[in-house]
Amino acid sequence: MHTRSKLTTFAIHVILLIGACLMIIPFLWMVLTSFKSVAESTSLNPFVLLPSEWKWSNYSAVFKQNNFLILYFNTSAMIALRILCSLLFSAMAAYAFARLKFPGRNLLFGLVLFQMMVPTQIFIIPQYLMVDSMGMRNTIFALVFPGLVSAFGTFLLRQFFMGLPKELEEAAKIDGYNIGQVFVKVMLPLARSGMVALGIFTALFAFKDMMWPMIVNTSSSAATLSSALAKIQSAYSVNYPELMAASVIAIWPMLIVYVLFQRQFIEGIATSGGKL
Amino acid sequence: MTNARANRISKSMLNEWYWGWFLVAPTIVGLIILNIIPIGQTLYMSFFKSGDFGKGNLFVGFDNYRKLLSDDQVWHAVKNTLLYAVMVVPTSIVIALIAAVLMNGKLRGKSLYRTIYFIPMIAAPAAVTMVWRWLYNTKFGLINYGLSKLGLGPVDWTTDPNVALVSIAIIGIWSVVGYNMVLLLAGLQEIPRDYYEASEIDGAGKLRQFVVVTVPLLSPALFFVLVTSIIQAMQVFDVIYMMIDIQNPAYDNTVSLVYLFYNNSFKYSNKGYGSAIVMLLLAIIMIITVIQMRAQKKWVKYM
Repeated sequence: MHTRSKLTTFAIHVILLIGACLMIIPFLWMVLTSFKSVAESTSLNPFVLLPSEWKWSNYSAVFKQNNFLILYFNTSAMIALRILCSLLFSAMAAYAFARLKFPGRNLLFGLVLFQMMVPTQIFIIPQYLMVDSMGMRNTIFALVFPGLVSAFGTFLLRQFFMGLPKELEEAAKIDGYNIGQVFVKVMLPLARSGMVALGIFTALFAFKDMMWPMIVNTSSSAATLSSALAKIQSAYSVNYPELMAASVIAIWPMLIVYVLFQRQFIEGIATSGGKL
Repeated sequence: MTNARANRISKSMLNEWYWGWFLVAPTIVGLIILNIIPIGQTLYMSFFKSGDFGKGNLFVGFDNYRKLLSDDQVWHAVKNTLLYAVMVVPTSIVIALIAAVLMNGKLRGKSLYRTIYFIPMIAAPAAVTMVWRWLYNTKFGLINYGLSKLGLGPVDWTTDPNVALVSIAIIGIWSVVGYNMVLLLAGLQEIPRDYYEASEIDGAGKLRQFVVVTVPLLSPALFFVLVTSIIQAMQVFDVIYMMIDIQNPAYDNTVSLVYLFYNNSFKYSNKGYGSAIVMLLLAIIMIITVIQMRAQKKWVKYM
């Protein structure tokens, strides 16, 4: 707003630092516990903050009992395919809804809005029965299935396209481009930031979703990181160092991606909020 | 087609129609198959008692709904879900708003703070809940250890029926504060500085400025955050699923509608009853949405 006095600035930093600590401490505790022995993790007198010896054996133990490489593969394949589908189909539909006139446009866009207003659980049983009747349970396809198209993505990108100036399109049309060429060569490059935002949303949502993979891919070789963690917890609920090691294994790839692309993450979320 | 009509619909218009239909086709076909038809199917199934995996369906009319109304579990779940939303939504928005206002403007380390506050949003709820369970552990948890140093007794965070929902709400708040803050901060940055300068000339204090300038101009962003937060809170599942199993003494005081839906549909394979539960959730969300849309006209000011 305007210049703050030194004392105010100091007080603000103190408050924000406390908040930052609260955000970080659970993760720090996760990492510290994952390197302790069970005895150390449950020792209160004396209280053990840092492990006396950093035990990688917790990691090798959970790695041996669970095939995390397959989980990484399943999760990234699901995320990649969902991003591909939602970007491609949503961008196409969004452009048509934003710029083209055709009979049924408002009705069809109403369908998109309607889907967004309904709680997603309402789709789950029929979607499960569809996957089941296709004999596709425990496959990557099953993981991608509910995300083949995205109403949210269509809505988000439509807002982006509507915010773009019309002059370039008209110039391209005069140059003899047809509608498809205008879309691919002129509009898509302009909507890059919107597509990045949608990609991030899709990835985060797919990564965090637990219920769908739990329901549709019950075999442990077809699980995702999220759904596998739920199983691991019930399998050995007392060994917290190993549970924490499993958690660290599950979340570090996304954390790295976040740290590398934090600007895109935060700006993507921020702009999409303004668009909705 | 008559000549007159053919003239009205020119070739380029027809061309545009075809392109429009072609471009929306995948999304619309997908939405119809994946979402629109399933809504009808879920409604349809809610009138059936289903055996294993949808086989051996038996039409029971409104029996599922009658059972729903007299089922204590359902009423527990409605109460818990609403209570959870009431705890999480206002608290997380107020904390996010305070953090956003403090960060708005020139502040060293602003983007670092923003990055850190957003981290809980990145982590899988399953992993997050596991570490919180460990922090909440009655005997060895970090939180009770801290409390004991202050001379406070151990709390059964995850098993005490009076406490467990609060523990779950704390995780919910912790997870979502950063997300809400990012959205509100973006809204704050769009408020032109002139408004603050003008109100300063009028002799408004900081607090008055916040009430007269910040809140009204931020109201569209606040409304968006409110709507998304409520919808998310009403669908709470992961954290409760990971923290409270069916044997937990706090189960009745924490089970949410979606958790109940999951148990009935996929654990007990009674998809008919599960469908009825999800229709109830739909009804509740619709009612809340209508109330919000009405209230919106009263307090949200679009520039």
